[in-house]
Amino acid sequence: MIFVLMMAIPLCGALALMAPPARFLPGDAAVRRFGAAISGATLLVAVSALTAFDYGATSTVQLEIDRAWAPAIDLRFHLGVDGISLPLVALTALLTFLCFLYTLKHPPAGGRIRLLTALLLVLEVGLLGTFTALDLILFFVFFEVVLIPMYVVIILWGGPGRRAAAYKFILYTLLGSGLLLAGMLLVGVTAGTLDMTELAARHGSGVTRGVQITAFALMGLGFAVKAPMWPLHTWLPDAHTEAPTVGSVLLAGVLLKMGTYGLIRVALPLAPEGAEFWAPWLGLLAVIGIIYGSLACLAQRDLKRMIAYSSVGHMGFVLLGIATLTPVGVNAALFGNIAHGLITGLLFFLAGAVKDRWGTTDLTALGGGLLGTAPRLASLLTFASIASLGLPGLAGFWGEMLALLGAYRPHADLPRETFVTFMVVAAIGAVLTAAYFLRLLATLTHGRADGVTARRPVTPAPEGSAPPLPEGSAAPAGTEPEASPAHAPAREAAITLPEYAAWTPLIALTLLVGLWPKTLLDVTTAPVRALFGGG
Amino acid sequence: MTSHVSAALAPGGDIPAPHIEYGQIMPILLVLGVAVAGVLVEAFVGRTWRYTVQVPLAFLGLAGGFAWTIVLGLRDETHAVAAEGALGVDGPTLFLQGTILILALVSLLLIADRGTGSFAAQAAALPGSEAEQRTTAAGIIQTEVFPLLMFAVGGMLIFPASNDLLTMFVGLEVMSLPLYLLCGLARRRRLLSQEAAVKYFLLGSFSSAFFLYGIALLYGYAGSVKLGDIAAEAGRDAGSETLLLGGIALLALGLLFKLGAVPFHMWKPDVYQGAPTPITALMASCTLVSAFGAMLRVFFVAFENLTWEWRPAMWGVSIITMIAGAVIAITQTDIKRMLAYSSIAHAGFLLTGVIATSREGLSSTLFYLAAYGFTTVGAFAVVTTVRDAGGEAGHLSRWAGLGKRSPLIAGVFAFFLLAFAGIPLTSGFTGKFAVFKAAVEADATPLVVVGVISSAIAAFFYVRVIVVMFFSEPEADGPTVVVSPATAAAVVLGLAATVVLGVLPQPVLDLAGHAATQMFVR
Repeated sequence: MIFVLMMAIPLCGALALMAPPARFLPGDAAVRRFGAAISGATLLVAVSALTAFDYGATSTVQLEIDRAWAPAIDLRFHLGVDGISLPLVALTALLTFLCFLYTLKHPPAGGRIRLLTALLLVLEVGLLGTFTALDLILFFVFFEVVLIPMYVVIILWGGPGRRAAAYKFILYTLLGSGLLLAGMLLVGVTAGTLDMTELAARHGSGVTRGVQITAFALMGLGFAVKAPMWPLHTWLPDAHTEAPTVGSVLLAGVLLKMGTYGLIRVALPLAPEGAEFWAPWLGLLAVIGIIYGSLACLAQRDLKRMIAYSSVGHMGFVLLGIATLTPVGVNAALFGNIAHGLITGLLFFLAGAVKDRWGTTDLTALGGGLLGTAPRLASLLTFASIASLGLPGLAGFWGEMLALLGAYRPHADLPRETFVTFMVVAAIGAVLTAAYFLRLLATLTHGRADGVTARRPVTPAPEGSAPPLPEGSAAPAGTEPEASPAHAPAREAAITLPEYAAWTPLIALTLLVGLWPKTLLDVTTAPVRALFGGG
Repeated sequence: MTSHVSAALAPGGDIPAPHIEYGQIMPILLVLGVAVAGVLVEAFVGRTWRYTVQVPLAFLGLAGGFAWTIVLGLRDETHAVAAEGALGVDGPTLFLQGTILILALVSLLLIADRGTGSFAAQAAALPGSEAEQRTTAAGIIQTEVFPLLMFAVGGMLIFPASNDLLTMFVGLEVMSLPLYLLCGLARRRRLLSQEAAVKYFLLGSFSSAFFLYGIALLYGYAGSVKLGDIAAEAGRDAGSETLLLGGIALLALGLLFKLGAVPFHMWKPDVYQGAPTPITALMASCTLVSAFGAMLRVFFVAFENLTWEWRPAMWGVSIITMIAGAVIAITQTDIKRMLAYSSIAHAGFLLTGVIATSREGLSSTLFYLAAYGFTTVGAFAVVTTVRDAGGEAGHLSRWAGLGKRSPLIAGVFAFFLLAFAGIPLTSGFTGKFAVFKAAVEADATPLVVVGVISSAIAAFFYVRVIVVMFFSEPEADGPTVVVSPATAAAVVLGLAATVVLGVLPQPVLDLAGHAATQMFVR
């Protein structure tokens, strides 16, 4: 029941925002507070779900609700969590709340806060639904619910190339989810049930090898588009670069996880033999993604785009972990999911902060010496970067480390030499990851202040700064007075209170999970074992 | 049969009066009766009163037929042949007839709407002639539309119910001939409309001829035009296979033409574009339902033992229909043409349910037809509201920025488009899902894969329209949105059905499933 409540709150919030503005919550500030309150309430419910969860039995589905919705097409309203989905539910609720908290004082350019709030709330419903659904069709329904709001967010609040980015996003994901539906139907119909827990308990028995191979390929393609796996990733950099800060944070932080979560939750248990057949290919594409992502990052000149490409690399590690088909590897994947959500969420927040202040995220235009001109922001950026490059002791390390470990000792039926090769290549990728983040820090935070960052970030953006998007001036114009001088001239580079509020939880969790990985691994280990038929 | 007839005609023998189960075929009789009455009204009621008489008459006829269908459906003995075996009254038929009648009622809301004035003042007046100007200036509103509509609906009711091929042909013609006429009645751009009517008539006659030739070949094969007899003969595996296969092919050609499957789809975009939009709504919903009903009956009853023969061909047709419909739609710039190609793609999706030849295939196709019918009527109703000085604003570019000018109507249209695209929580998803599930159960997974890919392609142009409406700058002299109460009612009904069948589809799915339990009577 608790999950019904958890989804009902944002849904009702979104519906309430459809009321005419004159009657309900006039003024953007009220809407922003409303959004923060609603997502805060959702987070509270999620936290209470965290406390209600029995950590002694993480592999059983808990807090379940199972009702018939449309029996004629076998659609059941079946929700519940186990150790695999619980962290993602918490991450979703947390990141959404942080986004709204951030929006309180930093409304994205383009106005229409009311619509944005409603869309983000619907997005939250879809995400929470995807992570808690235990019926294949229900899973698919929630999987698709996410699509439309994200599309509108990109097309309405994105940058100059937003239309193409939004098209790419919707086409790729629609195509992917179509194939996903076909694959799920194939397994579900052959096995005679669409219930995920039941299908997972069978470990693919009753479904022939050929069907499993086909179904895994279809579902895998659907999830790979979302993940995104090389070479299906091309929608991602565009969508990210163009999306507003909160959109990017949610896109990178949670949306991408739908793909990898789907692989672990749906594709692996439903078609284990298919997974075995495709695992080497999945591994191959994963390491290509790692190398490609890092090389692409080295070549980027735009901060946001670079972070977007870094997601391709990091999700490559997650996919590699899944491809090993071992408990270690899948644990690594789940860990990597959460770590990437926290760190990349933070990175996008920081990139958004940079854009807010200097109107551009172009690295050449920004110049160096940020540590001198905006020391706090630069320190946080350094922290997030080294967390992302996988420094031991921070969250990013464990996901990569365990994925490599899993690849060293893959599932007994998989070709070991191949996976050891993958491991070596992936390790090189990890080094490259370090290289591009260090390059970023070298150019942006160190060195001489010779770009726009050297100037006082007054609004509007100073003349002569590279592609000067007059963010501050154009965006909140006419919306309300409190927003326009968002950064009072005196302490423009200083970090505002909402920023601290939004970032601190992410920093704290990155440290916590990094220093004490057992917190997370304890939750995921047992259900992952169960996934592979172990106790 | 022949011996029976000759015995009856033998000297001294009594000619037995045919036994007609009037109660069971009352919906058809009622609609056709109202059509005849409508002709009489045209003849005897003065011009000023005709509209006031015709509209309630048509409404009563359709509503009465619908109510009667419901009564028939509530009784549980709905599995019989009526009228000496000419018509089958069974679950699927009643479901289809009910769907046709309710969709015709919604279309009638559009047709009867005087505010939009979709029809020529006097069909006989030549376009651009003095007579046309005179009749238009006189404010004449022609009312022949209503009896024509009722005849067409009557044919649509017979078409899927007919239990032998000759009755089916009669149904086909009773349905088609009024439609040819109705297509040519548009008030604006009359030449286009008349061109569409002629095209439709010529191509339709060709397809009717093929259909008829198919009947002849099948009669040659089985010695009967009854669907059940053909099935029995085919089950015995006797007779000339050439006749049988030729008959199947030609009959299928006639049916596929009516539902607009590729490569027999050429008429659809032209006719949909040229016809008055309320008539397009009628054709896109009711004709499609009716044609699919006949298709289902022929292939589930007469050719049920011959799935090996026709399935491969039907696979091919279904695949190219889905892909061609979706791909060609991308290049369209006219809303009505685009919806026509979308309807072609949907015919392809529906064919996957026919190919499944199972009870699930039947019930899911029935559900899909009802769901799609409502969405499509709603969508065309929206099209009638977006108007320029010269009538409806058909060109896509004219719809730019409609979301800013009239967010409500643009939002509703966007919702219909999402339903066409099959986004979950709309009726489009439920229907597509049910059909695809039946197809997977019938081992037609490749077909489903093609289906989902072409739905994704189709989504491209639906999304494009949404982008044009909401994210483009409106033109200065853009079209205005004129919503009259009747059209608004049609839009609301379509919207309500699309939402309800998407969110709470269970009752209608149950109904379709119940209708399909006993399959077709023979």
